[in-house]
Amino acid sequence: MAVELYLDLLSQPCRSVLIFAKKNNIPHEVKQVSLMDGEQHREDFGKVSLIRKVPALQDGDFCLAESPAILLYLARKFKTPDHWYPADLQQCARIDEYLSWQHCAIRLHGSKVFWLKLMIPEVLHVEVPKEKMDAAVEELNGSLKLLEEKFLQDRPFIAGDHISLADLVAIVEVMQPVAAGLDVFGGRPKLSAWRDRVQAAIGKELFDEVHQTVMGSQERVKVMDGSKLEFSKAKILKFFM
Amino acid sequence: MAARLGVEVYLDLLSQPCRALHILLGCTSLPHTVRHVALRRGDHRTPEFSQLNPMQKVPVMVDNGFVLTESDAIMKYLVNKYDVPEHWYPRQPERRARVDEYTAWHHTHTRPHAAKVFILEVLLPAQTSSPVDEERLSRAVSQLDDTLEKLESMFLRRQPFLCGDDVTVADLLAVCELMQPEAGGRDVLQQSPQLQRWKSRVRAAVGDAFDQAHAVLYAVRDRRRAKL
Repeated sequence: MAVELYLDLLSQPCRSVLIFAKKNNIPHEVKQVSLMDGEQHREDFGKVSLIRKVPALQDGDFCLAESPAILLYLARKFKTPDHWYPADLQQCARIDEYLSWQHCAIRLHGSKVFWLKLMIPEVLHVEVPKEKMDAAVEELNGSLKLLEEKFLQDRPFIAGDHISLADLVAIVEVMQPVAAGLDVFGGRPKLSAWRDRVQAAIGKELFDEVHQTVMGSQERVKVMDGSKLEFSKAKILKFFM
Repeated sequence: MAARLGVEVYLDLLSQPCRALHILLGCTSLPHTVRHVALRRGDHRTPEFSQLNPMQKVPVMVDNGFVLTESDAIMKYLVNKYDVPEHWYPRQPERRARVDEYTAWHHTHTRPHAAKVFILEVLLPAQTSSPVDEERLSRAVSQLDDTLEKLESMFLRRQPFLCGDDVTVADLLAVCELMQPEAGGRDVLQQSPQLQRWKSRVRAAVGDAFDQAHAVLYAVRDRRRAKL
């Protein structure tokens, strides 16, 4: 029986879940939830995700939110190849460590740059002060430095010789500021080489397919109806500015 | 044969995630050595500590040379590896997923929102010798109240513990964050009888380990009370 995946591909964690499901041929059905249209507030979605966030999974009667939990659940249930989340306790601990750290680091900083550089000025039509933008980029630089120096070091992937859930979760977050037009990989040969390895391990075609929506963001905002986000404008500004 | 070093943990008991780990170690009687790191003194910024953890944060665990950071990763590793009751991080996939779900959500909700109240009410004024910014504190308290409501309605619901019938590492992480504002004499669960009952159940499940972990926090609270 196929699992249902509630996704919006503009959202980084939704992309990691979809890439994982497709790469591992996990039987799944995608249910689109458009965040820009506020669909996460629909009554039926509330039955799947009390937390009202995407991604969300429904497997029979079992509902789950939070991408690290969903990825781990899928890996265990569908017995995906060991390298995604090894049975070796030290290696899987390394992955857990990354999955934990990234919430308030790359994920937060990458999201902030995406909103401050693109969505807030172009869709909400609110000017972002230069100091705020610079500070956000500085924070992201700090996280990227830790990704390279602490999590990668001289390894090809975060947990060792093979791609794992940690790399998958990392790459989708790093792509978010890229989609906003920030040159994340310029001047970072180590990060670029890691990105190439991750893309090759996933398959460039699958990677590009899942990233198509977000990578079109700079074009889309030119024609996007800004009023769509009005209902959450105050919340967005409070969070990011 | 080299001597077994065993598990070493680098902790500051004023840190919420350090307390969660300390409680787990205490009530499972896992042999370990505590290395105290005084954040107030800047112990985490020394070259030696930075080499151990470039993020300059606590807790850090070293298990016979294997260095691990991030409290949730550390606790999951210890439960997986050592002979401790499995209810702390159940093996059954759906039950394990529930704990993973909470520990992820914790980072973006319980932890930052409870910490902010403590930072604004206790830490910042102490560090800068300035009065509390009441407006910011009021907004932080309100944000935490929203999170507490979600904690009740999305996780606890009608269950005894956050992830089911038995206490897990998720409950330890949550309860330690919610205890932090007590340093300023504030009981954030005052208006939440359901969460108060949950907290009592967690305390009963961990026994003396709770107060032992919180002794430093209580001392800070009592010193402040004496001053006022």
